[in-house]
Amino acid sequence: MPLITEITIFVLAAFVGFEVISKVPTTLHTPLMSQTNAIHGIVLLGGLIVVGLSNFWLDNLIGTIAIFFGTINIVGGFMVTDRMLGMFVRKPKPPKDETQPSDEDPKKDS
Amino acid sequence: MAPVVAALDPQSAFVQACYIVSFSLFILGIRRGTHPTTAKQGNLIAAAGMLIAVATTLALKGIGNWGLIAIGMIGGAIVGVVASKRVQMTAMPQMVALYNGVGGGAVALIAWAEFRHFLALDEPIPLDTFVPILFSMVVGSVSFWGSNIAFGKLQGIISGQPVKVPGQQVLNGLLLAGILAACIVLGIDHDSGPSQGLFIAVLIAAAILGNLFVLPIGGADMPVVISLLNAFTGLSAAAAGIELDNTALIVAGTLVGSSGTILTLAMATAMNRSVPNILFAGFGALPTGGAATEERPVTSISAQDAAIKLAYADSVVIVPGYGMAVAQAQHAVKEMANELEKRGVDVAYAIHPVAGRMPGHMNVLLAEADVPYEELKEMDEINPEMPHTDVAVVIGANDVTNPAAKDDPDSPIAGMPIIEVDEAQQVIVIKRSLSPGFAGIDNDLFYHEKTSMLFSDAKQAAADVAAEIENL
Repeated sequence: MPLITEITIFVLAAFVGFEVISKVPTTLHTPLMSQTNAIHGIVLLGGLIVVGLSNFWLDNLIGTIAIFFGTINIVGGFMVTDRMLGMFVRKPKPPKDETQPSDEDPKKDS
Repeated sequence: MAPVVAALDPQSAFVQACYIVSFSLFILGIRRGTHPTTAKQGNLIAAAGMLIAVATTLALKGIGNWGLIAIGMIGGAIVGVVASKRVQMTAMPQMVALYNGVGGGAVALIAWAEFRHFLALDEPIPLDTFVPILFSMVVGSVSFWGSNIAFGKLQGIISGQPVKVPGQQVLNGLLLAGILAACIVLGIDHDSGPSQGLFIAVLIAAAILGNLFVLPIGGADMPVVISLLNAFTGLSAAAAGIELDNTALIVAGTLVGSSGTILTLAMATAMNRSVPNILFAGFGALPTGGAATEERPVTSISAQDAAIKLAYADSVVIVPGYGMAVAQAQHAVKEMANELEKRGVDVAYAIHPVAGRMPGHMNVLLAEADVPYEELKEMDEINPEMPHTDVAVVIGANDVTNPAAKDDPDSPIAGMPIIEVDEAQQVIVIKRSLSPGFAGIDNDLFYHEKTSMLFSDAKQAAADVAAEIENL
């Protein structure tokens, strides 16, 4: 791919990133950080390509460590974010429930 | 279904389309993260994007060495699953630092392997590939080691106090200059076999720089460091995308770069300090003893007195800080708030943007304790209401409530926006001792006539107060 195309993608992605991420409220900044953190684990792809195409022991070693690191980054990152966000999801607490509990059970998330 | 996936050509439109789907899902996932109720779904969407990207890459033509790939992926998955299941919510900043570090490490290793790949081909390395390789190697390595130091500091393995060596800035400057010079030399040699020895030397120099860069930064500034390193890892991943011609990597890395940058700037603004000041000033190096040792009278109260004050108030604002996280007090605090709400007291939580060791750290802890997010108020929202608040309860927070930030132009934290608890009618501070916070400065709030100190562990104190309120 020509470098200029890649730089175009980079610049456009930066603008998209700034737009989307500035809308995330402070409350969710920790999960946001943890989620974007998991997303950069995508370097795993690089490790897969390195190991997948090499047959010299040192390259295999470097690549396998990179795969190991990248997978920790992805799996751990998404799972821990999921755990955190699970705690936010539970309860849009009905604010005026004293007068009459209209719903018996707030719907469980599907 | 077809039993075997045909090997895909990396340049084929199908592969490119898969990567486009993948990065679109990342963007969509973050977009869904703008509201607490949709954020969990957003995370799953982003994870699905990742799955597509990984599956596509595994199906590429020529990919072999399945044994090693399996070892790396299974090993990494086990570590990731176990760590993320076990980690406590209070330890989240360390966990993010660690995950960030391994990501940076992977980037640096891939850059090295790519470099070796070109050496083995014995062809000139095109500069538009070599420059991203050098960039991702240096930045990834700095990010790996810097994140590890940040992890150590947050975990308490390394002292949270800034570790200062005389002439450190100069040393760091020289290291950086040396790294740049070496990269230029490597770049000039791009068509005549650049030296692998020099490449490895740069890798090591970047590792040292990563260590030295984070060591002098105080524990309280770690949230800024982590989000900055997060941005670094993101940008280095984007560079890795350029060297590997992979659009999913470029877009994903850039998104992370944007997010890290935004968070870093947001936190610096919240502390009224510039990013260079945070990184290079060695804040918190101020002598913590000495000057402030003069004895000043404080009002100390028991849990029972605190319970009475709170139970007969109309409105209570709880101001949590890192101390609440350390003491694991979030559940006890929620219990206390429940008792108050039963008595008809209005309870809100005031969250300072840099409370805790990570942006939004307090929100996560309180969410864990089932505090509805509507009760969490941001600083700008709660400050105007402070004068109408009967009692402000400060739990394990210090610098973010220090009125010196407003009143004393000579204070090191002068100008930092604070939660103005001193405007409330009364203040109860739950704290173990009068020791200063991470900024190392005395807090005038403790000696204020409105303030009562409840000297205790945050968790114990909150539980005691809750029990006392129940017995009233």
